[in-house]
Amino acid sequence: MSWWTPQVEAIAFALFQALVILIAAVGAGALLTMVERRLLGLWQDRHGPNRVGPFGVLQILADMLKILFKEDWIPPFADRTFFVLAPAIAMASLLLSFMIIPITPSWGVADLHIGLLFFFAMAGINVYAVLFGGWSSGNKYALLGAMRASAQTLSYEVFMGLSLMGVVAMAGSFNMREIVAAQETIWFIVPQFFGFCTFLVAGIAVTHRHPFDQPEAEQELADGYHVEYSGMKWGMFFIGEYVGIVLVSALIVTLFLGGWHGPWLPPIVWFLLKTAIFVGFFVLLRAALPRPRYDAVMSFGWKICLPLTLINLLVTGALILIFSPAGG
Amino acid sequence: MEIAFYLSAVVAVLATLGVVTGRHPVHALLYLIVSLIAVAMVFFALGAPFAGALEIIVYAGAIMVLFVFVVMMLNLGEAAAQQERAWLRLSTWLGPAILSGVLLLVLLVTLIGTDVGGRIEGETLTAKAVGTLLFGPYLIVVELAAMLLLAALVAASHLGRSEAHDESHAVRQVPSKRTADGRGRAASERSLGDDTSSEENSR
Repeated sequence: MSWWTPQVEAIAFALFQALVILIAAVGAGALLTMVERRLLGLWQDRHGPNRVGPFGVLQILADMLKILFKEDWIPPFADRTFFVLAPAIAMASLLLSFMIIPITPSWGVADLHIGLLFFFAMAGINVYAVLFGGWSSGNKYALLGAMRASAQTLSYEVFMGLSLMGVVAMAGSFNMREIVAAQETIWFIVPQFFGFCTFLVAGIAVTHRHPFDQPEAEQELADGYHVEYSGMKWGMFFIGEYVGIVLVSALIVTLFLGGWHGPWLPPIVWFLLKTAIFVGFFVLLRAALPRPRYDAVMSFGWKICLPLTLINLLVTGALILIFSPAGG
Repeated sequence: MEIAFYLSAVVAVLATLGVVTGRHPVHALLYLIVSLIAVAMVFFALGAPFAGALEIIVYAGAIMVLFVFVVMMLNLGEAAAQQERAWLRLSTWLGPAILSGVLLLVLLVTLIGTDVGGRIEGETLTAKAVGTLLFGPYLIVVELAAMLLLAALVAASHLGRSEAHDESHAVRQVPSKRTADGRGRAASERSLGDDTSSEENSR
């Protein structure tokens, strides 16, 4: 075993970690399709899917079979390149973002200097999925959905970045591990409460979840940007949305709830527990809230959330300057 | 890192060629996005991840989205491709291409002839270093850029609102508490509405 040097072992372990995290992310996304429907059923006082297997857990399998064996049809009036590219971008950009999330002290794919910025970059590229998908479909509903989605995502991305700058300023780094380490004594949700609120809102809006799902409002747009998609291409948009939920939940946990920090239980359990609570919260929001009008969503973003994040950043900066030992 | 640099540089050049020669506007935009991402990769390879990330966030993630957004609304079809083909005649691009080729030759000869000492080292510039530079020696430039952006913001806001003050809108807004809400909405809806109606007409 001369080739099995510590270096090779480190590489192999890193690859193994990356694979496990990737599969876990996709698996969690797929699992959520069923869990969400069960939870919605529970909270809206009706049955969810409960026929296939015990408590309906095999529903995922049934759905997967259906999605995989459905005819994968590309409309003749669609732009083929873009039509195929869009779901791939939707899935890939979100999955890549899992790279920067530190799960436990020893687990995590990449430890980047620019950690958070990588997430913003991927979120920026994710817009193209909806934009290209909607445009290439050659369908008016799809185009309208894509238009709404891109306008909404652009608006909400502006203050999504700003809402996290308070956290970055307090931790003094974009690096996710350093941000988690800075929360050893107090979770950032306490000093950065407004940052937390606005990031939560922006996170829901960027993943196009209810109540910010105007891009795909069934009642007015017949499902918006993915109306022409079927089979596994549609499945990638679908699973991509759930992967987005898991990603935003994991980011909230890492940035505001101390990541893996917590008493008694091992780090991985704390991380998964906190993430699961936020995923559940996302589902609860969908179960509880009606869908606001599109212009209300836009003006809420620009007129309430953006000023709020700016003031939050200003106050945070001032407080850091006042209390910093260097004194500026 | 040098391999990464040259690979992404080749991608950037090829993608930019694709932008120039592409006939379909949206396809050309896709090439431009790829080109910008390739430039970001060049930054990463040179050890400037902060600049690379900003390149993707600002250019690929925000500015290009607006480009794509607008071009999609125009609903350019075969006619636009035809026009593009007509513009891209040999006689049109041959002259400028030869001239730029000469310039490229000069640049290459200069680069090869003189030792500029350009070597890609394994040094990474952190966000902190960039910030220290920006708010240290280059503070004035940053402040001036901020002023410029603020002026642009005010101007854009003024241009966007000017029509909302005319009387027809003022009359329609009966409930007073929704005025602020309705005005912004009128402005944003109008631009979107115009685009969709023109799209419907052209179909």
